Amino acid sequence: MQYLAPENTADAVALLSKSKGSVHVLAGGSDLLVRMKGGYVEPDVIVDIKHIKQMNGIKKTADGFIIGAAVSCAKLGEHVALRKAWPGVVEAANLIGSDQIQGRCTIVGNLCNASPAADSVPALIAANAVAVVHGPKGERDVDVAKIGTGPGKTSLKKGEVVESIRLPARSAKSADAYLRFTPRTEMDIAVVSAAVNLTLGAKGVIKDARVSLGAVAPRALLVPAAAKAIIGTTLDDAALAKLASACSAACNPIDDKRGTVAYRTKVAAVLGRRAAESAYARAGGKK
Amino acid sequence: MGKETPFTKREFKSVGTRPVRPDGIDKVTGRARYGADFDMPGQLVGLILRSPHAHASIKSIDTSKAEALPGVKSVITSKDFKDISKTDTELAEILENCMARKKVYYDGHAVAAVAAVDAKTARAALKLINVEYKLLKHVTDVDLAVANKAPVINRNCKTAGVDPAPTKASNISRRSEFGHGDVDKGFKKADVIIERNFRTEQSHQGYIEPHACVASVSPDGNGELWVCTQGHFVFRQQCAQMLGMDVAKLRVTSSEIGGGFGGKTHIWLEPVALALSRKANRPVKLVMTREEVFRASGPTSATSIDIKIGVTNDGIITAGEAELRYTSGPWGGSWAMLGAMTAFACYELENVKTVGLEVLVNRPKTTAYRAPSAPMAAFAVESMIDELAKKIGMDAVEMRIKNAAKEGTQSSYGPVYGPIGIGPTLEAAKNHPHMKAPLGENQGRGMACGFWFNFGGQSCTNLNIGIDGTATLTVGTIDVGGARASLSLVVAEELGIPYDKVKAVIGDTGSLGYNEMTDGSRGTFASSMSAIKSCRIAIEDMCARAAQIWDIPVDKVIWQDGHAHATGKNNNAPLSIAEIAATAEKTGGPIAGHAQIVADGAGVSFATHICDVEVDPETGSTRVVRYTVIQDAGKAVHPTYVEGQFQGGAAQGIGWALNEEYIYGEDGRLQNPGFLDYRIPVCSDLPMIDTQILEIPNPNHPYGIRGVGETSIVPPLAAIGNAVSNATGVRMTHVPMSPPRILDALEKHSEASDEEPAL
Amino acid sequence: MAMLVSTTINGDATDFSCEADETLLDALRNRLSMTGVKEGCGTGDCGACSITLDGALVCSCLVLGAEAQGRSIETVEGMSDGEKLHPLQQKFLEHAALQCGICTPGFLVAAKVLLEKNPNPTESEIRYALAGNLCRCTGYDKIVRAVQDAAAQMRRA
Repeated sequence: MQYLAPENTADAVALLSKSKGSVHVLAGGSDLLVRMKGGYVEPDVIVDIKHIKQMNGIKKTADGFIIGAAVSCAKLGEHVALRKAWPGVVEAANLIGSDQIQGRCTIVGNLCNASPAADSVPALIAANAVAVVHGPKGERDVDVAKIGTGPGKTSLKKGEVVESIRLPARSAKSADAYLRFTPRTEMDIAVVSAAVNLTLGAKGVIKDARVSLGAVAPRALLVPAAAKAIIGTTLDDAALAKLASACSAACNPIDDKRGTVAYRTKVAAVLGRRAAESAYARAGGKK
Repeated sequence: MGKETPFTKREFKSVGTRPVRPDGIDKVTGRARYGADFDMPGQLVGLILRSPHAHASIKSIDTSKAEALPGVKSVITSKDFKDISKTDTELAEILENCMARKKVYYDGHAVAAVAAVDAKTARAALKLINVEYKLLKHVTDVDLAVANKAPVINRNCKTAGVDPAPTKASNISRRSEFGHGDVDKGFKKADVIIERNFRTEQSHQGYIEPHACVASVSPDGNGELWVCTQGHFVFRQQCAQMLGMDVAKLRVTSSEIGGGFGGKTHIWLEPVALALSRKANRPVKLVMTREEVFRASGPTSATSIDIKIGVTNDGIITAGEAELRYTSGPWGGSWAMLGAMTAFACYELENVKTVGLEVLVNRPKTTAYRAPSAPMAAFAVESMIDELAKKIGMDAVEMRIKNAAKEGTQSSYGPVYGPIGIGPTLEAAKNHPHMKAPLGENQGRGMACGFWFNFGGQSCTNLNIGIDGTATLTVGTIDVGGARASLSLVVAEELGIPYDKVKAVIGDTGSLGYNEMTDGSRGTFASSMSAIKSCRIAIEDMCARAAQIWDIPVDKVIWQDGHAHATGKNNNAPLSIAEIAATAEKTGGPIAGHAQIVADGAGVSFATHICDVEVDPETGSTRVVRYTVIQDAGKAVHPTYVEGQFQGGAAQGIGWALNEEYIYGEDGRLQNPGFLDYRIPVCSDLPMIDTQILEIPNPNHPYGIRGVGETSIVPPLAAIGNAVSNATGVRMTHVPMSPPRILDALEKHSEASDEEPAL
Repeated sequence: MAMLVSTTINGDATDFSCEADETLLDALRNRLSMTGVKEGCGTGDCGACSITLDGALVCSCLVLGAEAQGRSIETVEGMSDGEKLHPLQQKFLEHAALQCGICTPGFLVAAKVLLEKNPNPTESEIRYALAGNLCRCTGYDKIVRAVQDAAAQMRRA
C-alpha cells in the first residue's frame, strides 16, 4: 500500500485520478481505518488530504461559511461564529463519536462515508449546504443531499474529492437544530435522527423551513412535507402534530441490529417535533 | 481449612484500612504487562481462521497453499491435536471449541490457524486456506432449540438427569431439579398467584483486554506459556493434557489481567498457540481481535424462564416454582443448574421447586460471567415479588423482609444457612435515605435482592521472610483487581508488620502447588486463608528461633505485634521479625511458611440494590439517575476495593438490563461483534453508585471474610425492571429493556388501558 | 512499503519505520515497545489506545503511523515527571480508580487533556469528556471522583 500526502487539491485530484486499484481518501480516518481493521477494504493507495491548505480552514465570507474537508469536527465546535450561525450543524458534527474521534473526524468524511445514519448529513441537508467537488474535469458544486446515493455509495466519480462544504449566510431570526436517538448517551450510532432549519418572519411565524431525517431510509432524507407543515405557523400544537406525522410518513427504514421499522418510524416523529421546537426557540420564537 | 482456623472476633490494625495498591504505579505509568504486552525472541504471529457459518460440517480443509507461502512457519487444524474424546469427554469438548473437528457449531468457531513471521504474512496465509463446508440447519434461540422441529445440534447429546435415561438425541443436555416441600399444596394456600415467562438475552463479560498469549514449546516437550487468565494452574493442566505434554514441563506465567469477570476462566486460544509453536519450534504470539472476543470467547447464557409464585394476602410466599432454560452453546454446561439453585435463595420457602434445562444452541460456548446464571433467575423472581407485593398492597421491601431467609433456614437449593446478610441488607435498604428521596416526572424507584454462593477450594501459598524482616507472599490466584493489596493487608495483620513491608506476588506454575482459578469470588477468601496459615507456620518457626536464641522452652514464647516475646521472669527483650531473620542462618536457615489448603466454608453473600430510573415515554429511553448497593462483605479487607466490586457489578448489571445483547441474524451470524453495537455503559450513561458495606462475619474464615466480587451483578436486572415498572406502570419481562422494547410495551399498555377501564 | 517516520514522543525525538497501512497504535506497541498504549478494540470504540497528537486527543488505532511524520506524540509513559507522578496518576491510585488497570492509561491521557482545557469541570462534563474511554471494572464512580480530586489539587497548585 502507498500512503500519499499531497499539499494542494490539484495534486490530490491528480493522484486520485491516476492511482490504480483500491484508492481511498483519508481525512480523519475514523471510518476508513475501522474498515481496514475489519478487512473490509484493503487499499492500494491512501491519499491523506490533511496537508492540503485549502482543505484546512473555516472561512466566514459574505455568502456564509466555507469549511475545509480536513477540518475536524472538534474545530467546528470551537468556532464561535459558526456555532452561533449554525448551531444545529455544529451539534450534529459534535455528536460524532467520542472526544478522541472528534479530534479527527470531519463532516466531509461523514458525508462521503455515506452511512444513512451519519449525524452531520441531515443537519447539512437541512442547512442547504453545498459540497465543493474537485475532479479531473474541474470544480463543481453539488447539493449535499446528492452526494450519498445509498449505504456506502456516493455520486463522486473517479478522481473526485470534496474540497469543502459551503454553508449559506444567515438571515436574522434563523436557527437550526439536530437531534438523534441513541440507546447510549455517547459512543453510539443514530437509530433515528432529525434536523430542522428555520427562519422566522414577523410575530414568530415561520417563514421558511427545511426538515431532514437520518437513519430512516437508504440515505438521509429531505422531508418537504414536514417543512410545509410548519411554514406559516407559530409552531402550535397542530403544526407540530402535522410535522410529526409528515416525518413518520417519510420514513422508509429497515429492521436491523440498531432498531426496528416501527421504532424508527415512531421516533422520527418525536425527534422531528423536538428538533423543530429547539430550532424555533433558538431563532427567537416564543411559545 | 475453615475448621482449622475458625473465626475469632478481633480488633484489626491493617485489615480494613485503605492503602494504595502495590501494583498501582505500574498501572498508572503504562509499565504493567498484560497479555499482549509480552514478547519472546524470535516469536511468530499467530492467527486463527474462523467459521462464517452457524452450523456446518467440515468436508475438507486444504492448507497446502498457506503452508507454501514464504514466511509461514506452521499451519494447524484439528489433525494436529490427538482425539481425546474417548478418554476425557469434557476436555475433548474444550479442545473441540478451540479447534473444530468435524463440524463447526457457531459463527466464529476456529477451523485452522497459522503462524508466520509477521501479521501481514499470517493474514495472507489465512486467505489461502480453503475450507469446504456443508451447511446444516442452525438454531440460536433458546426456546426454538427445545421446540419440536429444532435441528439437533449434537447427535451424541442425550438429556442427563432424566429417569429413565432417554435414547433419543436432544438439545437439552441436562435437567436438574432443586427444592423441597410440595408446591401444589403451597399454591392451594395462596391468595394470589402470578405466572409469567421472562427472557434475558445473551451478554458478554466485556473485559477491555482481548485474550492474548505467547507460547513456546520445544521438541523435548518443555513449554512456556505467558497468558492473561483467571487461573494459570488450570490452564496448564488442561493445555498439557490436550497437547499430550507432561503437566510439570509446561510452565505457565499469568500476565496482568485486563478484566475477566469469568470469561478468562476458560481456555480459547492457548492450545492453538502451543500447537503452532510446537510445529514451528518457535514462540508464537496469539492475540484475539475484539471481534474474535465477541464471536468466539464465552458469553453468558440467553434464557427463558417460566415462573409461578403464590402469596397470601399478608405477604407470605406459599410456593415458588420455575423452569429455567439456559443456553450453553454447542456443548452442555451447568448454567441452568446454577440458575435453578440461586433463583429462590434469598427466601425462606416452605414449598419450592426449580428445574434447570441446559439448552444447546449454535452460539459460542457459554462461560462464567460474574455470579453466573444468578442474575437471570433473580430477574424473574425479584420482578415477580414486586408485582405480587403491589397486587396485595404491601410494600415491596416489607414483603421481602417478611420472607427473607435467615440463619437456620433451609435454602431452596438444599443446605441450611449459617449467619447471612439478606435480612440486614433489606433492613439497611429500608432505612437508607435513598428510599425516601423525592422522585421527578417520569421517574420510578425499584429495588431487588441477589444471592451468590461464593467458592472456596484449593489454594497454595508461600510466605518468605527476608533478611530485613520484610515478607514476600507468593500466591497462585491471579489478581483481577486489588487482591495483592488485600492479601498484603492480611499478611501485615497476621505478622504484625506494616503493610508496606509486605510484597505479594503471583507465582508462576513452577513456584507453587495447584491453585484453583480466581473465580467464584474465591481469590481473597481462599488465598487469605492460605496466607494466614503460611503466616502462622512462619510465626511458629520464628517463635522456635527466638526460643533457641534465648535458650528457653518454645512454649515460653508468644507472638505479639510483630515480635516474639518471652513470657515469665527473664530479661529477654522482644525480638522483631527483622532481628530473628538477621540470624536465621544460625538458627535453621531461611524462614518460610508454606501452606496448602482446601478452603471450605465460603460464606454465601447477599445484596440489596435500590435504583431510580427516568423513562422517556416517547422514545422508551431509560436513564439510571440514582443507584445504591448494599451488600454483606463478611469483613471488608480493603473497603475501597470492596466498594469497587459493588459498583462494577452494578454497572455491568445496568448495562445488561438496558442495552447489552448478542444479536443474531437469520443466518445465525452475530450482528454486533464490537463495542459500538454491543453497548456497554459509557461514563456518561451512569450516575455515581452509592455503596454500603455490611459486615456479618463468615464463621468459617479466621477474619470473617466472604467473597464480594459477584453478588453485585445479581440484583440490577430486576431492580431496573421494577423501577421501570414503577415509573411507567409497565412490567418488563424481556432483558435488555432496550428503548424499542420499552416503547413497544408502553404502547401495548396504553392500547390495553384504552380498551379496559383502569383498575 | 515500509516508511521511515520521524516524530517526537514524550519530548524525545524518535524515528520508527512502519508499513504504510500500519496504525500508529501498532507502531508504538510493536516497533517502539510502548505497551502502555493498549488495544481494546482497534476500532476507536474503547479509548484504551488514547494518545495526543500535537496536543489533540486521538485513538492511536485510528491514526496511521505514517501520519505521525513531524508530529508530537504524548502517551501515558510521558505523564509523570521523573519520580513525581502526575496528580491524575496519584489520584487514580488513592481513589482506587482502577481495578484491572487496562483502561487506565487511556483514561489518564483523556483526563489530562480535559483538565488542560477545563480546569474545573462539572461531574457531567467529566462524564461526557471520558465517554470515549470504556471501563468495565469500576462503574466509573471512582474514576470520576479521582478526576474531580486531581482537578481540585491542580487548581490549588
